[in-house]
Amino acid sequence: MKYFPLVWSNLKRKKLRTAFTLLSIAVAFILVGYLAAIRIAFNAGVEVSGADRLLVVHKVSIIQPLPISYRERIAAVDGVEAVTHFNWFGGIYQDPKNFFGQMAVDPETFLDLYPEYILPEEQKRAWLADKAGAIVGRVTAERFGWQVGDKIPIQGTIYRKADGASNWEFNLSGIYDGAEKATDTSSFYFHYDYLNEGAAGGNLGFVGWYGIRIADPARADQVASRIDSLFANSPAETETQTEKALAQSFANQVGNIGQMITFILAAVFFTILLVAGNTMAQSVRERTAELAVLKTLGFSHGKVLGLVLVESCLLAALGGALGLGIAWTLITALGDPTNGSLPVFYFPDKDVALGVALTLLLGLVTGLLPAVQAMRLRIVDALRRV
Amino acid sequence: MLRWFSQVIAVTGLNLRTIGQRRGASLAAIVGVAGVVGVFVAVLSMAEGFRRTLTSTASEDTAIVLRSGSDSEMMSGIVRDDTRVIAEAPGVLRGPRGPVASSELYVVVDVAKRSTGTDANVPLRGVQPAAFEVRNEVEIVEGRRFEPGKNEVIVGKAAAAAFAGLDLGSTMRWGENVWTVVGIFSAGGGLAESEIWCDAGVLQPAYRRGDTFQAVYAKLESPAAFDRFKDALTTNPSLEVDVAREADYYAEQSQVLYGIITGLGYVIASLMAVGAIFGALNTMYTAVAARTREIATLRALGFRGGPVVVSVMAESLLLALLGGVLGAGLAYLAFDGFQTATMNWASFSQVAFAFAVTPKLLVLGIAVALVMGLLGGLFPAVRAARMPVATALREL
Repeated sequence: MKYFPLVWSNLKRKKLRTAFTLLSIAVAFILVGYLAAIRIAFNAGVEVSGADRLLVVHKVSIIQPLPISYRERIAAVDGVEAVTHFNWFGGIYQDPKNFFGQMAVDPETFLDLYPEYILPEEQKRAWLADKAGAIVGRVTAERFGWQVGDKIPIQGTIYRKADGASNWEFNLSGIYDGAEKATDTSSFYFHYDYLNEGAAGGNLGFVGWYGIRIADPARADQVASRIDSLFANSPAETETQTEKALAQSFANQVGNIGQMITFILAAVFFTILLVAGNTMAQSVRERTAELAVLKTLGFSHGKVLGLVLVESCLLAALGGALGLGIAWTLITALGDPTNGSLPVFYFPDKDVALGVALTLLLGLVTGLLPAVQAMRLRIVDALRRV
Repeated sequence: MLRWFSQVIAVTGLNLRTIGQRRGASLAAIVGVAGVVGVFVAVLSMAEGFRRTLTSTASEDTAIVLRSGSDSEMMSGIVRDDTRVIAEAPGVLRGPRGPVASSELYVVVDVAKRSTGTDANVPLRGVQPAAFEVRNEVEIVEGRRFEPGKNEVIVGKAAAAAFAGLDLGSTMRWGENVWTVVGIFSAGGGLAESEIWCDAGVLQPAYRRGDTFQAVYAKLESPAAFDRFKDALTTNPSLEVDVAREADYYAEQSQVLYGIITGLGYVIASLMAVGAIFGALNTMYTAVAARTREIATLRALGFRGGPVVVSVMAESLLLALLGGVLGAGLAYLAFDGFQTATMNWASFSQVAFAFAVTPKLLVLGIAVALVMGLLGGLFPAVRAARMPVATALREL
């Protein structure tokens, strides 16, 4: 600690150079923050899915409907605690670009199964009481400026009304928040009965998929195969999997986002490492004579090595802290850069920790070569060089 | 004036010849720029490849008819009687076997992705025989066409490469039916290569679609016949349909994903570029600082400030150009033609496509590099020219 002023004045020697290096490191860490947030956005659902929930979908594809009669049969399966169901509505609010998920659900069982959607008690009661009622997540409500009590018109693309019209109107009964930062609050939920009774052709008789809660997450595989065997060789066979597995397979459908982000980060770091490392090496080279003087005064090899390493780590830490701080502020304040197309967008704590670790790594790697050179310096050679 | 130019040439020549002595710093600048340009070109080539696949084979003289209000085939539905009216509408090209129009069904089936092993939504399209005339770029490259009425499919070559178990001769079980792959087809690099095709007549009962279809693809007599065709359908009170040119429809379908990828690409690249500009600034300042006495000597000999500025800028631009060419070249070698598949949310199905590093992107990448070189060299150059000769000579 007593050498801190020495390290500090070394950094201040060429202020411009130190500033540029600091800024280029900061920029790299802003990228670390944004890439982490992007990865979270694309893997939304994988991280927060309930371990005790399974989804039952049609075996051929999730777009194929399942009979509503399955509901009672699934509920009777040993190990199943609660059952709810979903119909994908796929409607358009004003413009196809305003995409958000809309699902027809059975409100009571839905809220029971998904406690992470937090709805004020009176809004919950209002929704249960109003058949044309709907609830929407905070993200989407803010995106379109909706208030509780608004009438929301949505153009049906899959479902028409009995009178041939395609325009469905919903009363916004409530706006829910997520229990965690990672909870997707972009979807819109309304009564299955409203859809079932209003849709052309009368009683639909089918749902999109079922969500179930099981008593023991450890026995998920057994419950899943019990359900699937129940409907084997029927016209609508099922595939039951954990919510996490389904979310993961959807994320994989988009592509290997994780791998792409790793690739970009590697490129960024390699670039910055080179730039910062070169500057560090340059500044140590310029000080060869001084280092020799230090050694003459009795500084050991280890101490000289330490001084240079501390300097590079300090530079990296300052740049990293600046970058991570800016990333955190921007991501929290500005949010999603695509203006609402991504379900969640935040800088996860885990990646903040990763950023801090990378900062130290960067400092050590950029300082290592110059530090070793400084350590190996022979006093006579160094003093003669000038 | 002539003297000025000869000064510029002399100082610039001196500068460039001595780059070798600043090898480490120069190399760092080149690699820094190359890293930025490489990532920039790679990300944009993904967006470009995606758009190319969706729009390259979509033609101006093909129209697609969906139920009104449906923004994709998946959500549409048209009964058989209506498809007949559509096919007989004015403007549709007539071949020896009647109008060149194909009524089609569009569903997705779960097939495992080769890269991850997890299920993906692969489009399965039921077509009528005229489909091969409507899309005349479709060609069987292996095997044969499916026979009408049989549970046979042909697979686009991009789908066969991206998804497991779709090889010629293999069988797939979807629902109660077992399907045999009897052919692999190409479609000029277009979207159809991501699809699986079968006879619409077989797909209807297999998916309990009754006698309905989802879209009608019609070949028009000419691109100009589109308005006549569209007017005839939209003014017909018994029909409730939207009509679009195939090219416009697919451009619309690719818009959202293209926007997201290019948006993210620009954000990442501009951040990286800012970081690399700081790096370039450092390199050039160091280069100038190392030659402070040299530059001062030149100025003492009568060289003016202008040529010194130009020479420093020239060095910076040259390093950036080398970096840009290196980065763009690496991106081209590593990513051009790289096959991948992603989910197009607009159609809720997989699109297999190849990254496309187009000449336009290469030029754009090098332009970005030059801007970085310009910004990175400007301030150090001005500083070199402004430094008082006496002070500079005394330095070090």
